[in-house]
Formats: sequence, C-alpha cells, structure tokens
Amino acid sequence: MLTDYAFVAFFIVFGCFFVAAALIGAWFIRPQRPSRIKGDIYECGETTRGTSWVQYNVRFYLVALAFVIFDVEVAFLLPWAVAAKRLGLYAFVEMMIFVGILLVALVYAWRKGALKWA
Amino acid sequence: MIIHPVLSWLNEWWQGVVATYGLPSCFVPAAQMVVHAILIGGFIAVLVLFLIWLTRKVSAHIQQRFGPMRVGWHGSVQTVADALKLMQKEDTTPRSCDRPVFNIAPFLAFAPTIVAFVVIPFGDGAIIRDLNIGVLFLFAITTINVIGVISGGWASGSKYSLLGGFRSAAQLVSYEVPLVLSALGVIMLAGSMKMGAIVDAQSRIWFVAYQPLAFVIYIIAATAEVNRTPFDIPEAEQEIVAGFNVEYSGMKFAMFFLAEFANMFLIAAIAATLFLGGWRGPWLPGEFWFLAKSFAIVLLLMFFRWTYPRLRVDQLMSFAWKFLLPLAFLNLIITGLILVLI
Repeated sequence: MLTDYAFVAFFIVFGCFFVAAALIGAWFIRPQRPSRIKGDIYECGETTRGTSWVQYNVRFYLVALAFVIFDVEVAFLLPWAVAAKRLGLYAFVEMMIFVGILLVALVYAWRKGALKWA
Repeated sequence: MIIHPVLSWLNEWWQGVVATYGLPSCFVPAAQMVVHAILIGGFIAVLVLFLIWLTRKVSAHIQQRFGPMRVGWHGSVQTVADALKLMQKEDTTPRSCDRPVFNIAPFLAFAPTIVAFVVIPFGDGAIIRDLNIGVLFLFAITTINVIGVISGGWASGSKYSLLGGFRSAAQLVSYEVPLVLSALGVIMLAGSMKMGAIVDAQSRIWFVAYQPLAFVIYIIAATAEVNRTPFDIPEAEQEIVAGFNVEYSGMKFAMFFLAEFANMFLIAAIAATLFLGGWRGPWLPGEFWFLAKSFAIVLLLMFFRWTYPRLRVDQLMSFAWKFLLPLAFLNLIITGLILVLI
C-alpha cells in the first residue's frame, strides 16, 4: 500500500525531472539574444494596449461553481458505485434521492440561466 | 505477456544482488521505480514522436495530400527533426509575463500525464502499480493539467492566451463531470476501481456491450478533455491564434505539445481499458491488443478532427451541461436499476 504511493510520489518527481531535463538540455544549445521587440507579447502585429489582466466574465465563475458541486457529487457516488452490487435496493434508492436533489439543482441553475453562455 | 516476464526476471536478479551484497531492502522497490520511470519516459517520448507523425499523415491523406515525405521513409523521422529544431530555438519570455507562474506551467501541464501512466495496464501483469483507487486516481491526476493550462494562459500576459486559458478551463471542468459519470457505470459493473480488476471483469464480454451509452459519452467528453476538434476552442487558430500557449516557444512549447499528445493516447488507453477489454484478446500477446485498441481510438479522434466543424463556445458549454450531463445521469440510473433488480 505504502509502496504504491511511493511509486506515485516518485513518478511526480520524475515527471518534473523529465521537463527540467528537457529545458536544461535545450538551454545549452539554444541561442539567447533577447531584445525589446522579442519581449513583446504576440497580438498579430498590433501594438499592445493596456494589460491583459482585466476583469473577466462572471460566467466562468458560475461554471466553476457548478463543476465543484457536481464533481463533489461524483466523489460521493464513487464509493457507492464500487459496492452497488452488494448494497442492493436500499442503497440504490438512497443514492437516487441524492442524485435527484442535485438534478433539481441542475434544473434550477438551468432555469435561472446560469448555464446560458450569451 | 512480454513485458511482465522480462521485468520480473530483472527484479529477481536485482533481489539476488541486494541479498548477496547485504544492501538495504529498500533498494528493491527503489530500483523498480527507476526502471519503470525510465521505461515510461522513453515510451512517452517515442509514442509522441510517432503520434505527431501519424496525425500529420492521417490529416494529409484525408485531404488528399501526402504530408511529410522528405525526411526518412514517408517522412517517418520528420518529427525527430522537428524536435531537434525545437531544441535549438530561442526560449523567449515576454516582458509583461508573470515569470514564476510562466515557468511552472509546463511542469504542471506535463508531469500529471506521466504520473497517470502508473495505473495503465499495458498487458498481463504489465501495470506499474494497480492502485485500489485506480480510476479515481486517473481522473484526479489528469485534472491537474487544467491548472497548467490556465496558469500558462494567465501568466503569459497576452490577451489571446488569457482567453484561451479561460475557455480551456471552462471546457475541461464542464466535460470532466460527464467523463467521470460515464466511468461510474463501468465501476458499478466491475465492482472495483482497480484497473486490473476492471480488465479481469471483461474476460468474457467487453463493457462496451453493457454500457454503449456510457462509451459514447466517454468518447465525446474525452475528445473535449484533450481539446481535439470539434472541441478545440481553447486553441481555435482562427480566433485566438494558439490559445493558452501562444507566448511559449522552444522547449517550453514542446512540453505543452508533448503533454497534449501524451494525453490523447492516455485518454484512448483509458477508453480501451474501461470499455474495450483492455489488453484482453485472442492469440496475440496482451501488449499488442492494448496498443491496437488504444490506437484505434486515437485514430477515431483524428478522424473526428477532419470530419466535424468546430463548435461555438456557447454550443460547447450548453452541450456539456444540458445534454451530456443529464444523459450520463440517465445511464447511471439505468445501470443501477438493472444491477439492483437482476
């Protein structure tokens, strides 16, 4: 069990090492002649105006919130799914009530226009 | 059937060495880790080089062109040449960027992909670690990718990349929910989240026969997860140039590219394992069947790209929330009902 997660931890380190090795490896052979023009950001040849870190649309937050709700729901559904065969009808009905409540939430969000992208 | 005996022979030999010289016993798993990591790293590098060539060839032939022809037989080493060229490219960093985040983003985009391969069953016994939360682990670890994409897009300080990053994040999280829900049906049938157990449960009939709806939902959501057309809004070339990675160049760009193609294979490998019986198949070794099934799905994703036009952002989002999500729930309810009543 612990060895399993030691493998996972090692692979995380290895993944970072892989990227670092590629970046450092290329650092030795690539040219490095920075100039003011090269430091400009790419906007199809137009001169950049202002910063790009502007206030962005609230729709992204709504989607993120809906995602959090449903992803947590899925996290709750997973343990049930593993044992669904053994737990039988009672747990199924219970789970359906849970899913039903969230479906009501989905319908509510839908009716309120939270899912509309216009 | 090929990989497992070789690796276990190597492991036994190493255990013998450790015992003979009285080395600490933690050397055994440590050596395993290093060997597996190098194998996976090498596999991903070769795989991506091949996949890029394949993409170019397939797209060219669909458009009645030849694609790369000059470097090697039918351009077969074209991508090696491209990789060498990318290594020699200057790595520019825009002045207005958020430097630490800009540099961390390629790591966040690529490292999760390599970690996900820990639980992929390549063949009989050829799985690095069969975690008991296998499927959950896969979906959890591949989601970290989103952070890489959005931090890359935000840190570049360019309007195109910011838009690309946000669109990408919105799309990835929206399609994540139906993706995981479609896998739930398979988990219910197998009664386990272990990848090995899921493959074993399909020894007679593939789960695609029991879960056709879930398979379709998975393929659609998976196409969106790896930003392939018709869901490639995050990098819609005609609107926002290259999306979140427009400011990246040289090896940092290569890392995003690598992650994209490795993810494409990964998502196909998961589909093959969950729905198409994994490495199981007659006569030939398991590794062959695993690769054949995975590449069949990769080819399917490539055909999608040249068959369907790109969706609009609003169509994309409403498709995920108003169509795929209820459908995935419907599939879950039907599966549960049948499982409980029979």
